[in-house]
Amino acid sequence: MRVSGNYWFLLSSLILRDFRVRYRNMSLGVFWSLLNPLVMMGVLTFIFTKVLRSDDHPNFHVFVLCGLIPFNFFALGWVSGTISIVANASLVKRVMFPREMVPISTVLANGLHLLIQIGLLLAVALVSGYTVNRWWALLPLVFALEVAFVCGLSLASAAFDVYFRDIRYVVESANMLLFWLVPIFYSFTVIPPKFHFLYQYNPVAAVVLACRNILLEAKAPPESLLVKLAAVSLAVLLAGLWIFSRLRRRFADYL
Amino acid sequence: MISVLVENVSKIYSRRPRQFLHSAVSGWLRRGHRELFHALKNVSFQLGEGESLALIGPNGAGKSTLLSVVAGLSWPEEGTVEVYGRMAAVLELGSGFHPDLTGAENVRMNAALLGLSRRKTNELFDRMVDFSGIGDFIEQPLRTYSMGMTMRLAFSVAIHVEPEILLIDEVLAAGDQAFQARCMDRMLALKREGRAILCASHVASTLRRICHRALWLDHGRVVRQGPLEEVLAAYEEASSAPAAG
Repeated sequence: MRVSGNYWFLLSSLILRDFRVRYRNMSLGVFWSLLNPLVMMGVLTFIFTKVLRSDDHPNFHVFVLCGLIPFNFFALGWVSGTISIVANASLVKRVMFPREMVPISTVLANGLHLLIQIGLLLAVALVSGYTVNRWWALLPLVFALEVAFVCGLSLASAAFDVYFRDIRYVVESANMLLFWLVPIFYSFTVIPPKFHFLYQYNPVAAVVLACRNILLEAKAPPESLLVKLAAVSLAVLLAGLWIFSRLRRRFADYL
Repeated sequence: MISVLVENVSKIYSRRPRQFLHSAVSGWLRRGHRELFHALKNVSFQLGEGESLALIGPNGAGKSTLLSVVAGLSWPEEGTVEVYGRMAAVLELGSGFHPDLTGAENVRMNAALLGLSRRKTNELFDRMVDFSGIGDFIEQPLRTYSMGMTMRLAFSVAIHVEPEILLIDEVLAAGDQAFQARCMDRMLALKREGRAILCASHVASTLRRICHRALWLDHGRVVRQGPLEEVLAAYEEASSAPAAG
């Protein structure tokens, strides 16, 4: 039977396949990973510092990039994870391998873009005058928890998408709403305290807040925030794995 | 030693598609009359080590469904399937292949899917490519391949992962004569090594060379099971009889 080393070979092959297929027929390749957040950063900075003038954060572009990068990964990872089983129908119907690998590898392939974009975020922060501090060491943990969260959500939504193909539109709509409900272009302090729980228990919002603590304020994120982030993310991952394992038996009949 | 044990397996589909909410609701309102379709009904057989079983029957008899149930791709509503040993299934031309990847990339991807380690894949890679006879095209994207080339590559990977149980569905018909001959040699070698083979085909001459037993399916039921020549003769007689069934 399979040993764990083979699992890793399979997972990395699937991630590589995703990455290769996406970039093989593009002339700009990975550059797109950088262009999208930079353009969004420019537009949002223009609107909120020149048009609306609602925020007086001295480095609004870094502030907004801290929001955009975790959100972008969440939105793209979740959508592509959701459609991954249906998109790989021929594989799932015809080849026996652990089906969990499909949404997980899709999310992790998006994780490669996340890595590139985190690099961009750090570069922009350094160029804008922020310096390396010891809390940067927490960034891998914070983003790893976000990846776990998106994997869990995608496992569940990908399994449902096999039975009800409308799920992908639900996910796309949810992403549009979350763009406003995650503090991308506003700060935590302007949120009325009675709504704070909505943000602290939302892992994407929690990652954004933690990023700002670390990069902009050079301090550790509140322990309570990290605990909530870890608890929600790991719970969602386990729930996703469980839902997936319950629904996968009939995949072949519905694809 | 038993390799595959299938007992009283039934695969049941509900005929009504439930893709839409309104049909789900109306289906719930009329849930008394659910129309069920048995793709397989009470199928039992066993396959021992070194044995090879032919699946025969008309189109839509349930051969492919049975193969996918044995492969673990599809779950039977009733009955049990037990499999002892590593299985490789070639159920469709180039399943799991991606048209934008090169032949070489697809070979490695497919080997990983079939459960090989990185080291084993590197070890077997040259043999897989040599056997397929693809040559220099191996670095070209798969979409430039002909049907026959794709099939040869898929088959090469499947038989080189050293399966203890090999499932084959109609795929041998594609390649050219020379490749078919090589496949046949390779399958006979696998058989001599004591691997179990389950093979669905309409080509009696292929089956005669590989298999010694046969299972005749029709409308999801086992019509007859036994020594290949006996079952083939009965099947051919029934198929040539005018409007018998």
